[in-house]
Amino acid sequence: MSGAAAIAGYALRESTRRRVFVVVLILTVAFLALYAVGTEAAFDSIDAEAAGAVLDVDDQVLTGSTLLGLAMFTTLFLGCVLAVFLTLGAVRGDAERGLLQPLVVRPLGRTALLAGRFAAAAGVCGAYVAVVYGAAMTITGIAGGWWPADPVGPGLGLVAGVVLIAALSLLGSIFLSATANGIAVFMAFGAGLAAGLLGQIGDALNVDTLTNVAEIVSWALPFEALYQGGLDSLTEGVGGNTALIVQLGPFGGAQEAGPLLWPWSLAYLGLVAGAARLAFARRDL
Amino acid sequence: MSAAFDCRELSKRYGGTVALAGVDLEVQPGELVGLLGPNGAGKSTLVKIACGLVRASGGDARVAGEPAGSAAARATIGYLAELFRFPDWLRADELLTLHQRLAGSDGGPTERRELLELVGLADATSTKVGAMSKGMQQRLGIAQALVGAPRLLMLDEPTSALDPVGRRIVRDLLLELKSRGVAVLLNSHLLSEIERVCDRVAILVGGQIVARGSPAELAQARGVEVDLDGGVRAFPEANREHVPEIVAGLVAAGERVYGVRVLSSTLEETYLETVEAAS
Repeated sequence: MSGAAAIAGYALRESTRRRVFVVVLILTVAFLALYAVGTEAAFDSIDAEAAGAVLDVDDQVLTGSTLLGLAMFTTLFLGCVLAVFLTLGAVRGDAERGLLQPLVVRPLGRTALLAGRFAAAAGVCGAYVAVVYGAAMTITGIAGGWWPADPVGPGLGLVAGVVLIAALSLLGSIFLSATANGIAVFMAFGAGLAAGLLGQIGDALNVDTLTNVAEIVSWALPFEALYQGGLDSLTEGVGGNTALIVQLGPFGGAQEAGPLLWPWSLAYLGLVAGAARLAFARRDL
Repeated sequence: MSAAFDCRELSKRYGGTVALAGVDLEVQPGELVGLLGPNGAGKSTLVKIACGLVRASGGDARVAGEPAGSAAARATIGYLAELFRFPDWLRADELLTLHQRLAGSDGGPTERRELLELVGLADATSTKVGAMSKGMQQRLGIAQALVGAPRLLMLDEPTSALDPVGRRIVRDLLLELKSRGVAVLLNSHLLSEIERVCDRVAILVGGQIVARGSPAELAQARGVEVDLDGGVRAFPEANREHVPEIVAGLVAAGERVYGVRVLSSTLEETYLETVEAAS
């Protein structure tokens, strides 16, 4: 464990020295600043005589959940960027550059090395996502007086989502060069989100094929289901026309997670870890 | 005591390419063995199998009696790759600290200071890797390989980026390690370095050892030259054993003998002839 902790510490320090980390931080600050301005303006412009009153929709819930849903999407995207860039070259990329071999010949073992790299990436990305989600939620609450029904669940979903993306990227780094791995993980990320939107469309239009595709993708890429589940829990307990409109929005409501999502996500992480361990053990460096 | 490194019938295939084809090699504690061979001969593959970086396709490789690649085997080795890199942002002392933790060494600051002094980097403790010259990085790499007092040191082209002073430091270091009982497997194209420091040499061609022995054993007789009044007379077919007979014959013939030189091939000449013959 000491070896894995040493690798985790080394990877953590390496993370903070990467230029992408600074870029993500700058983008995050810019995003949160714009989000604060936009949220303030959006809540200020809610007009009691507007559509909400006519359609019996709670404008505050609609505005708050839609904006926070947008913030969650951005948070997940930035978290994904961070997760991918911290892990995309962890094995093959580092081996090609000659960085990995001096570490691997030490007695700590390849499994411990992978565990250390994963712990560092998951820790950085998870903490990042939790902080950004918390900041966005606080901004929404202060600006509009609206707080999600479940303030913790969506954040946990995002954290778990980026942890899974980091694990997938680490697994990919064993087989693919850094560039190819980055592209592959971003494509998987995009495919997951696209499938989620297709599922929402299928649900609204009652097209079973679209719904089935989305469900299969959710099992194959659970980070998407965790994100959807998080979105859904933003407006837990909201009913009537408000719930209907929120669920139709692009970032508002979404599919309920279901009781198997979290156990499956854990099992998925275990499967990815097992596959990575096996593949790394067999890889010539 | 078991050999520091021992491999029998070691083979390695990369797809359809044969990198090693039944190599037998033994390195005893305190022995300095040089691996020579053209590019692609399998030298780096052999070293990497010993380090556990590459899995053998067949045969057996052991480090200090333990299967190569096992944790117990890796705990006894130090390794410097031919193409290595350390993170630019780490300072020399931090790099050694990291490797102390990974190697389970409890040497602390004393070990780090001694190692940096050993490789001539005593003043570079706080220097970042990114600010070091290639030669300094190579010496730092050797210091890194020595963390945890390994019993077997495997160096893949350790002097390729060093200036003459750096090479001298490494040469002295290798002899110092040898005197401490550390076994060294040295992979280098610098034949003069190998000739100077190695007890034994193995020449690999096409994944097989085609010649082995001490540099003196590998050297081939090139005749005898005798300095006489009339100049140098050569005896191309003679060797050291023939010298008394040659001198006696010359003196009996009334010649005055001023000097005798027994000629033999250098390791470089032997290497080139061996590789050419094997190819």
